[in-house]
Formats: sequence, structure tokens, C-alpha cells
Amino acid sequence: MKFVAEINESLGISWNALRANKMRSVLATLGIVIGIVTVTLMGAAINGLNQAFIRNVSALGADVFYVSRFKWFNNTYEDWVSMRKRPKITLAESDALARQLTLADAVAPTADNEDSVKYKNRSASSVDVVGTTEAYLQTSGVDVAQGRFLTAADARGGQPTCVIGNDVATNLFRADPPLGERIKIEDQSFLVVGVLEKQGTMFGYSLDNRVVIPLRQYIGLVERNPGIDIQVKVGDLAHLDEAREELRQVMRRIRHLRPNQPDNFSINQQDEIVKWFHNQTATIAVIGLFVTSLALFVGGIGIMNIMFVSVVERTREIGVRKAIGAKRRNILLQFLIESAGVCLMGGLIGLGIAWVISLAVSKWLFPATLSVTIVTLSLLVSLLTGVISGFLPAWRAARMDPVEALRSE
Amino acid sequence: MRLILLQNISRRYQMGAETVHALRDVSLEIQRGEYVAIMGPSGSGKSTLMNLIGCLDTPSAGHYGLNGVSISDMDDNQLAEIRNREIGFVFQTFNLLARSNALHNVELPLIYAGIPAEERRHLALEALAQVGLTDRIHHKPNELSGGQRQRVAVARALVNKPSLLLADEPTGNLDSRTGAEIMALFDDLSRKGNTIIVVTHEEDIAKHARRIIRLRDGLIASDEQKVEGQESSVEGKTSPALDPRLSTLDRP
Repeated sequence: MKFVAEINESLGISWNALRANKMRSVLATLGIVIGIVTVTLMGAAINGLNQAFIRNVSALGADVFYVSRFKWFNNTYEDWVSMRKRPKITLAESDALARQLTLADAVAPTADNEDSVKYKNRSASSVDVVGTTEAYLQTSGVDVAQGRFLTAADARGGQPTCVIGNDVATNLFRADPPLGERIKIEDQSFLVVGVLEKQGTMFGYSLDNRVVIPLRQYIGLVERNPGIDIQVKVGDLAHLDEAREELRQVMRRIRHLRPNQPDNFSINQQDEIVKWFHNQTATIAVIGLFVTSLALFVGGIGIMNIMFVSVVERTREIGVRKAIGAKRRNILLQFLIESAGVCLMGGLIGLGIAWVISLAVSKWLFPATLSVTIVTLSLLVSLLTGVISGFLPAWRAARMDPVEALRSE
Repeated sequence: MRLILLQNISRRYQMGAETVHALRDVSLEIQRGEYVAIMGPSGSGKSTLMNLIGCLDTPSAGHYGLNGVSISDMDDNQLAEIRNREIGFVFQTFNLLARSNALHNVELPLIYAGIPAEERRHLALEALAQVGLTDRIHHKPNELSGGQRQRVAVARALVNKPSLLLADEPTGNLDSRTGAEIMALFDDLSRKGNTIIVVTHEEDIAKHARRIIRLRDGLIASDEQKVEGQESSVEGKTSPALDPRLSTLDRP
């Protein structure tokens, strides 16, 4: 009760003080506003990028291994040079893998390249043509929106069939129903048996601008001797590590590697991308937040400065308050609340500005989202800045000698 | 009943290399209900004495008891509590909070005393009525005349029903007519039983009091008691525990 009355009194005082020095308050707040805007935007940008990334990457299953010639991440130049000497992975190796693995649900060899695709007199260039088998439906996480996916019979090399991505469907067929039509890749015609569900973009590339054809038709038509990536889906997430080890051993056996020879292939996983990306964003976050918090720091110094001025200006008032019974704690609290109030106000204004900017940024530049965490954090940070930068001035005020304070002009 | 007891009070200040003796071994007793004027030229130590009695300052040596409580060894916060409970200050320059209205100014001591809002308002209105300002409670200091401002200050001093009303040159910033009004208010408060100490250098103001203590060079030069219209005086000795009751009985 008593504490509430005290807080109330302090709030009233600081509100009055702020109103009495409007220009000064606005200028003092400005530093905090700018600080909070930059810190918040930084947080929002990282947040937005992270979310967009996770959304993208979750398209790649967590339970899928990607066996390829190259390791995805953390490669030095020497790594690249040595990996270039590794033999390409062949379709035969993929087939052997599919036969020998026991912990895998599905094994899909894939190869892809950009090529142009024609329908009647229309043509789309730079379409991602993917050669694979029916297992791709399981390993890649794609869904079929219309029609069906490639069947085992298609994959073995029956009639040339294809499944097209959403973008290809809209670009090439426009309003026409694509099912049952024929498209041409490198003068070979393919029957459209399905259209894939829309998937969106990853790292700025559309995942819908593609055509999936049987790998046996792909080889020779799109590429003569493609390097194959094998997607291996593990049935049970709990046995991910065993499955990975099995995969490695089987692959080594297929390649006749002696125990002292290193792997001449790489097994990649989605979580490596996630780890890599988090590393990148964490670095950006640390540097960015450090730089932006400098702005907040400068703002805090501004507040401290203005609070010192305020304390000196109101020395007499402090004297009067002490004379009529204010304790050190009361005076300390009064000035702390005043400076916290100024900063909180700056924080609120800053958040408002950051909100508008983040809306604009995510509309035109890149995704940026103001999460509840960021809002709470920045309000807390501004409050904390207020308390920290107000402490010294408030302490000085609280310790004033009432006799001397009353004597001041 | 004894309210104030000063025993061998000294107060020294360090001004650079020099030590200033503002009060030298002063002893003084003031009873509840007394109306005292403290006089003296500047540098006589009267402000220092007022600050000590008002618990704004503590003595360098000696003992101060207020209302039976020893003040001399209290720390800042304890002093603040005593000031809040026992003492009402009235200053020469009013010292009201410029941005708060009369009511809030009067409520302020009660806020620090932790009185709940409703009771606070009630007590503040009562105090303002006592000084005749019921119709001005929502005015800010700059909307009030000098006399009215000092009335608000008196109401603020009275609101926590202190043992002692301590006024420092209360008419110093007022014209003589308004000053007389304020002094009439003090006289009235004294008649109602309040203990009042007025620090002044004006004889006219001091005459309102029934006892005049004169200071010179940090010592009590004289301590006069006025009885039923006629003046009686005890010549200034700095004897310990000078009892004014005894001195009044001494003189028929």
C-alpha cells in the first residue's frame, strides 16, 4: 500500500517533470528511441531470417541422409581439391545401396540440371530437371497435388512420364489442365502424369520450377554421365545414428575401400544446414547487436546526463521533500522511476517505429518479424537502461544533505 | 511537559582549513505548547540551531532529545522519519512544489508517512480548512498570492499533526499586511495548543512569541519570557537546563 502510493507519487512527479521540459525530454528520449529501433530491428531481422530458413529447411526431412561426392559445409580449399578427385556416385552404387541397407525406408538416386522445357509452342528455360525414381516421393517430402507420382514401372523405363512443379504448370500450361499432355525435354516427349504441391522457395530459389523424370531417361538425355546424389530416408528417427553408420559401412563396402582408406563420399544431413545457418546468424546477431547496442549505450549516457541536470535543478525540491520526511529510498526511487519512465517511453516509441519499419522491410526486402519475445526484451532493455543510467544521479540526489539542499537557489 | 531538551550542544563546520563554531555548548529546554522566537544577527548560529531542532542536522557534540527521543545519534533515515512525524516546517520562500496543486502539496508529508489515499485527502482538506484555504485546493502555487502560498505551507506543516511547528522567517517574503495575517494565524495555532518556534530577525515578529531567545556568536545571549502582558527576562546565561518555568515562578 505504502509502496504503491510512493510509486504513484514518483510517477506523478516524473510525468510533471517530463511535461515541464518537453523539448528536453524529447531530445533525451531520442537516443533511447534510436537505440531501441536499431536493436529491435536487428532482432526482428534475425528472427525473420531464422523463421524463413527453418520453414525452408524443414522441407528437407530431418530423417533423410544425402550421400554425395561433396561435403556440404565446413570445407577448406584443400577439402574441395581432394573431394574433386573422388569418383562420382553412380546409379549402380545407388541400386546396390538400396539392396543392402536394412535400416533405410527408401533410397532415391537423384540427379538434376537446368534445361529448357517445351509445351506446344511455349517454352520455359532454366527449369530444374530432376532425374530420380519412385522413392523420391518418400525421401524428398514432396506431395502430389494432381494426378500421381512416378511409379516403379516408370522408373524402370517404360513410357517416358514426368511430374511437373507448380511453377512449370502455371508457366507452361497457364489455364490448360496439364495432366495427360506432353512436354518436350531435349526433343524427348514426356507424358505429364502429375503436378506437385506448391513448395515455395529455398535460399531465394523456387522449388516449384522443376520437372521430375525417371533417372534412366535423364541419363543420356539431360546429362551423359551425371554425378548422382542418393537420398536415404530412415524409417525410425530413434535409430538415426545406427542408420548413418550402416549407410557408411555399406557404401564403403560397395566401393571396396580398405580399412585404412578414408571415405571417398560424404553423408550430409539437414541438421548440418541448420547448424551452419545458426552459426551464420549467431555471428551476425552478436556483431549486429553489439553495434546496435552501442546506440542504446549512447542513449543511456544521454539519459544519465539529463538526469544529473534534473537533480541539480531540483536540489531545492529534494531539500523540501527531505525536510518533510522523504527518506533516501524515496528520493532514489523518485529519480529512478523518472529515468526509467523516460527510457520506457523511448522504448515504446522506438518499438512503434521499429514495428512500422519491420512491416515495410518484410513487405519489400526480407522477412522480419517482431515477436513477443523481442517486444518484451526491448521494453525490458529500455527499462534497464533507465534504471542503470538513472542510478548515479538518483544516488546523488538521495544522499544530498537537506540543509544544503534547502539553501540552494 | 518537556518537548525539546538541548544539552551542551555544539556544532562545528569545517570550512577549508578553518573550523567554524556555529554553536558553542548551548543548552536549552522548550516545553510543549510554548511559542518561542529565536533571534539573532546573521552568523549568530540561529539557522544552525533551527536545523538541529528541526532534525535536519545533527550536533557535533552534546545531546538533543525531542519528545523524549534521543536525536543526536540518529542516521539519515531515522531523522527523516522524525521530521515527518514530529516537525512541521514553514520556510521563508514557502518551498511548495511548483507543479502540484495546494491539495497535493499538503498531502506530501502524508505520502511519505504511508497514509492511505482517502485518509490523506481527508486530513489535507482538514489542514487547508484550518488555514482558511478550502476554496483554493486545486490552485497551483503560481495561481496563489504570497500569503495564500504561505498558508498552504502552514497547512502542509500541520497536516501530520506534528509536535512542533518550526518557522524560518515565515514573513520574510511577504508584505507587512500579509505578514501580519500569517502571524495572526500562528498566534491562533499557538492558542490552540501547538508548540511553535519562529526564527526571525524582526522584532515585530518576535513580539508575537511569549518567549524570545537571542543568540550571539553561537551562544544564547538572552532568554526572555513574557508573562500576562508584561515582559520578564532572564539575562543570558548558558547554564545547562535553563528551565523557563522556574524563571517565571521567580518573578511575581
